[in-house]
Amino acid sequence: MRIPILKLHNYLLISIQTEIDDNTAIQFQEDLLNKIHQSGSSGVVIDLTSVDIIDSFIAKVLGDVVTMSDLMGAKVVLTGIQPAVAMTLIDLGIHLKNVPTALDLEQGLIKLYQELGE
Amino acid sequence: MTPQSCVTIQKEWDIVGARQLGRDIAKKMGFGTVDQARIATAISELARNIYLYTENGQICFEVVENMNRKGLVILSTDNGPGIDDIGRVMEDGYSTSGGLGAGLPGVKRLMDEFDVQSEVGVGTKIKAIKWAR
Repeated sequence: MRIPILKLHNYLLISIQTEIDDNTAIQFQEDLLNKIHQSGSSGVVIDLTSVDIIDSFIAKVLGDVVTMSDLMGAKVVLTGIQPAVAMTLIDLGIHLKNVPTALDLEQGLIKLYQELGE
Repeated sequence: MTPQSCVTIQKEWDIVGARQLGRDIAKKMGFGTVDQARIATAISELARNIYLYTENGQICFEVVENMNRKGLVILSTDNGPGIDDIGRVMEDGYSTSGGLGAGLPGVKRLMDEFDVQSEVGVGTKIKAIKWAR
């Protein structure tokens, strides 16, 4: 299974709609970094509105992809984390500090626009 | 007490299968969305431990009901290497697999009751219960 990555001007948009297993998550990490490299995108929004579970593994992959993209020079914002997901992440002891987030896709794009000024 | 339903964990995708089944059972029992997410996440952590550290194992579900409350019991059983130092794996941030080390202490916080029994060379049994509110 591959998670589709859409290009919109200088940004990449991802909406995760499927149940994420470990392989899909790892594949996505690789796909996203390659896509950033190919497209020269400066900003990425990963929308998690439809994701109803984030366990420690998926959280690690998401946190890592933010750091990896940052190393490449692209800024990633995670958006739409559901209340139940936020609560379980804190129970798990995962705080995803230093990971930029926004309420929804729209706010995420505004955040990128403000920070990157494009 | 209802009969158990079990998922054998051998492939990586079985982790997803186990948490989906657990979530379905929790939903049918009337758990709210937040508790459903807690239960599914706890199952995911337990199933991943089986997948990472053992050849195979099982996640089983059981509904327990007594006079005034109803709960979902998650049993994780494997015949893997066992856990040498249970105190250590219950510390936040301890991991031998390069993960976040959130697994077992996380499961304990997500659930209401939690018990680990492990013998080196024999296997590990973990029982966790979430009570419906």
